[in-house]
Amino acid sequence: MTRTLGNSLLILLALTTAILFVLALHTGPSRIHFIDDIQTIMQGKDTLTAMILTEIRLPRALLAMTVGATLGIAGAALQGLLRNPLAGPGLVGVSNCAALGAVLALYFGLSSLAWFAVPLAGMIGAAISVLLVFMMAGRNSSIMTLLLAGVAVNAVASSLISLALNFAPNPYAMSEMVFWLLGSLANRSLADFYLALPFMLAGWILILLGGRFLTALSLGEETAQSLGFHMGRQRALLVVGVALCVGAAVSVSGNIGFVGLLIPHLLRPLVQYDPGRLLPASALGGAAMVLLADISVQLISPNQELKLGVVTALVGGPFFLYLIIKTRNSLL
Amino acid sequence: MILQANAISLKINETRILHNVSASLGSGELLGLIGPNGAGKTSLLRVLANLQTPDDGEVLYDRQTLSNINRRELAQAMGYLAQGAPAHWPLKVKRLVELGRLPHLAPWGRLASQDHYAVAQAMAQAEVSHLTDRVVSTLSGGERLRVLLARLFATNPTVILADEPIAALDPYHQLHTMELLKQHCQRGGSAVVVLHDLNMAARFCDRLVLMNHGEIAIAGSTETILSNPILSDVYGIEVETLKGQSGTVLVPHSRIPPRTVST
Repeated sequence: MTRTLGNSLLILLALTTAILFVLALHTGPSRIHFIDDIQTIMQGKDTLTAMILTEIRLPRALLAMTVGATLGIAGAALQGLLRNPLAGPGLVGVSNCAALGAVLALYFGLSSLAWFAVPLAGMIGAAISVLLVFMMAGRNSSIMTLLLAGVAVNAVASSLISLALNFAPNPYAMSEMVFWLLGSLANRSLADFYLALPFMLAGWILILLGGRFLTALSLGEETAQSLGFHMGRQRALLVVGVALCVGAAVSVSGNIGFVGLLIPHLLRPLVQYDPGRLLPASALGGAAMVLLADISVQLISPNQELKLGVVTALVGGPFFLYLIIKTRNSLL
Repeated sequence: MILQANAISLKINETRILHNVSASLGSGELLGLIGPNGAGKTSLLRVLANLQTPDDGEVLYDRQTLSNINRRELAQAMGYLAQGAPAHWPLKVKRLVELGRLPHLAPWGRLASQDHYAVAQAMAQAEVSHLTDRVVSTLSGGERLRVLLARLFATNPTVILADEPIAALDPYHQLHTMELLKQHCQRGGSAVVVLHDLNMAARFCDRLVLMNHGEIAIAGSTETILSNPILSDVYGIEVETLKGQSGTVLVPHSRIPPRTVST
């Protein structure tokens, strides 16, 4: 019964994501006739609309989908690992640290040394932040210590991003700062997507491998261990998984906040609070949310585009406040 | 002997937690681990459950060193009930009990019909079948503990290691929990239970190990230990022994003031 309900939820989320993906391909300043243009592309003709679809909209929609999936699954994994509903890649500083890594690699010339330097630096930044928060907040972290650790890591990372961009030989430092801190999928190419995809895929697989462990961890570390899980190995698997996918995602999209917090929280009751089952649902939910946010960004202000993180924060911020109010008893 | 600890010593941050502890558990036996707070009972139980590696000594399960046994096989053979029995998410009771089948599942395997059968049987044994669809956070302390015991039974382990399972329960649920553990032993399993309630230890345990300052003060049959004056010394209390219909009853009635050293 539960399994059937879980499968129906996954199918529903996958369908929603698919519909939003098609809508995202439709969204933009120039009007296109979707079916005609797909036919043109299939025939290999180089029309303007075909170019708009393949060069602009397809990479943008693909990135919205995969970056969203990454943030959703990483949020669910971090919440399960820290056994805390307020953990998310944005709040505990993983996204900002990944952005810092990517900024350092981009503006100090590392990207010319190797094609994977930017996502790699993003991943290293993400891994350092997860470990930092883990060390500061501890394994059985209270909400208070976890949030304080996140605030500290976030503050340091975002200041360092600004500092690095100030010192970088770049005349557009200010707008770049806004990109890294608020995130955007505008002007991304298929090359960006191909660059991030393998790492995101690897991260998703590692996280999904840890699903059963996360469910066992609901009963505490000792019980999980007594059920046959190797704590150190499983924890490392998840930290590396989160670092891989968030690092790669943030290095192409900047820091898109609140998706990793909001989506697992909304979907958790629908999977009967099972942290393992929450992972695939959060991936699909995250993909749908970022696709929707990116469509909204283009519709709300078509001429001067809003940053994606503004929209996700506008929805996520009040929700975060609601969560704090709901859990304030445990904060006091 | 199904489980045997040989000369276990453990230090944490240079503090001596266990020193040269040897104990054994026979088949079908319910062994009580008693002693004052900080005596090393939980640490010994964690070492027995392979959750903590000792600095010296070894633990043998069925004559094999724990570290040589495959992690999954060990999880199938030994079930551990942690102190305080935490549940971090409000899982449904059935899902929680199903977690007991994890050691039996292949990495990507799903619950098969024999797993569902084991879960149903475990829930019946722990008398929680009627709670199937309840959320664990809405259960009373007694119900919650029985659900966690059902999770242990679902694994179908030979040995159960339970850390203070009855500490927060009322007398009715204390008796119920101890009866369930006793039934496990009568079905051919064995159990080591950390207890603070000496009367429950007297009523249900086959043998007792009394610990003090990380060492075994005395071990033996329940009657021998509970009638030994060393019990009063270790706990620092005067105990009155009464004979009742259900057996010996121990009544701790006054503290022995700690001895002061005069210089």
